[in-house]
Amino acid sequence: MTLRPGILVAALCHRQALSPVVWELLAAGRSLADSSGQALSAVLAGGTAEQARELVERGADRVYWIQHPALDAFNEELHAAAVLEVALKQQPGRILLPANVAGRSLAARLAVKLDAGLATDVTSLAADGRARRSHYSGNLIADVEFLSPTQVLTLSPMAFPAAPRTAGRSGEVEKIPFEPAPARTEFVSFQAEEAGELDLGSAERIVSGGRGVGSPEGFSAIRGLAHALGAAVGASRAAVDSGWIPYRHQVGLTGRTVRPKLYLACGISGQIQHLAGMSGSAHIVAINSDPACPMMQLATVSVTGDMFELIPLIIAEVQKRSSSPVAA
Amino acid sequence: MPLHIVVCIKNTPSTLYVNVDDATGQVKTSGLMFAINPFDEYAVEEAVRVKERLPGSTVTVISLGPDSDQAVLREALSRGCDAAVLLDGPELSGGDSFAVSRALAAAIRKLSAEKPVSLALFGKNTNDGNSGVVGGQVAAWLDWPGVLSVKKIAAIDDRSATLWRMMEDGVDVVKVTLPAAVGTVKEINEPRLPSLKGKMAAKKAVITKWTAADLGLQPAEAGAAGSRARVARSAPPPARPAGMNIDGDSSAIKAEKLVTVLLERKLL
Repeated sequence: MTLRPGILVAALCHRQALSPVVWELLAAGRSLADSSGQALSAVLAGGTAEQARELVERGADRVYWIQHPALDAFNEELHAAAVLEVALKQQPGRILLPANVAGRSLAARLAVKLDAGLATDVTSLAADGRARRSHYSGNLIADVEFLSPTQVLTLSPMAFPAAPRTAGRSGEVEKIPFEPAPARTEFVSFQAEEAGELDLGSAERIVSGGRGVGSPEGFSAIRGLAHALGAAVGASRAAVDSGWIPYRHQVGLTGRTVRPKLYLACGISGQIQHLAGMSGSAHIVAINSDPACPMMQLATVSVTGDMFELIPLIIAEVQKRSSSPVAA
Repeated sequence: MPLHIVVCIKNTPSTLYVNVDDATGQVKTSGLMFAINPFDEYAVEEAVRVKERLPGSTVTVISLGPDSDQAVLREALSRGCDAAVLLDGPELSGGDSFAVSRALAAAIRKLSAEKPVSLALFGKNTNDGNSGVVGGQVAAWLDWPGVLSVKKIAAIDDRSATLWRMMEDGVDVVKVTLPAAVGTVKEINEPRLPSLKGKMAAKKAVITKWTAADLGLQPAEAGAAGSRARVARSAPPPARPAGMNIDGDSSAIKAEKLVTVLLERKLL
């Protein structure tokens, strides 16, 4: 099936901000566009003129800017309508969205409305039009082939580099009028996570605890290490099911899929369901008392020992080095 | 007011260690144990809980797959669903999420002709395909609102539902007009085990079977022929390079060595 030319990035303004994953979509889109002489466009749903400008400076040749108060909070129907407003006119071959809750919701509707094939959580895009993703919970890598001239793709956060900003890069910003039909979904309120908590999906470093943590109090050691490393806090299902830490921290098949630069697994044996959510991490460090467990076998760096003895020593070491002029 | 609730489930391999046929690059599923997709158990439980909140409601469970999928439909019946529909036949097999969601939507329309469906529930994703988009695509086919990642149905009546949607940075509370499609996450409930009475009833239940033709779908609109994407090839992920083990006579030495390695690799 011949793919239509043109790449459209869906830049969703989320709680007034563009998330770093948008820069990754732009980098992935720019690389495809450059290798095939295509144009890269972005649709900015909500947002500001400054954000439209930033999309251009990070690689978009053209930005379709749709501003409407109804787009302030994520509304699957309205945001899909906004992206469709552009997609139906421009008929791009590929539409790139982030692989998060909003992106996945939109991708589902767009694919049906655009009669398009859909691949989610894509980790690489081939010039021949195929998309690579994992399935069977990370046990297999699939090359997805499209049977439609349009592709809808959600890209896994942290799988593509972030597009750098080039001040003064030229591109056009076009305002698109938008008069949405009354939505059947009404936004009521938003309850943010605890202040200072880093999001797992976009974290460069994650410190995660498992069964070996042993108790809710044990997680204060994990949180302490995460804080010292500037990392987000993750957990295995065993720890979450034991009630030691809330579900939103769960990494794995039943929780979040993460691809940080550094995943530090403390007391996590490495059940396949957990590995499914983190085996795409660039570096895995495992701390465990059992050197034979699957996580220790998978790890880039493994340390056998008592995590509660090691963690304070690691924190002290990190603090020592960060204040020493030699390490700086 | 009672509701007609639909829950869509899939029969999937219960092991995640699957092999690939080297010649075709396709997953070999024959001989594997199958069971209800674990994430669908939460959707089934939630459907039954909504039924219990609104007495007189009914739950119809739907699955698309071969005749052997009757087993998971009976499992859902034993957990409190009232009726089951199997979408079966060669035309329906081998579909991607586009084709599968189209068939499920057609089945929901067909059920609605008899008794309007107000709510369709889905699991987070399947443990085989892992895409998590079928619920959203069914919503699109039916032109219903679709809310994915729901961790709580805070309120529901015959007109609307107030839902807690788990986002990456917190929880959105949204009010949605019914009918709607809702994708669940594990936090929504703790699935119950089937009761003996439920098991007995499920054993005797008659499962409705619909083919593509029954759903009003042309051969080109269903299964592999109605798909917009396919897995051309699967392969095991590349092996990770062998790791290094940090040893030392004391924890302090190990901690020091670890931090040195992390700094050298620019991970801190």
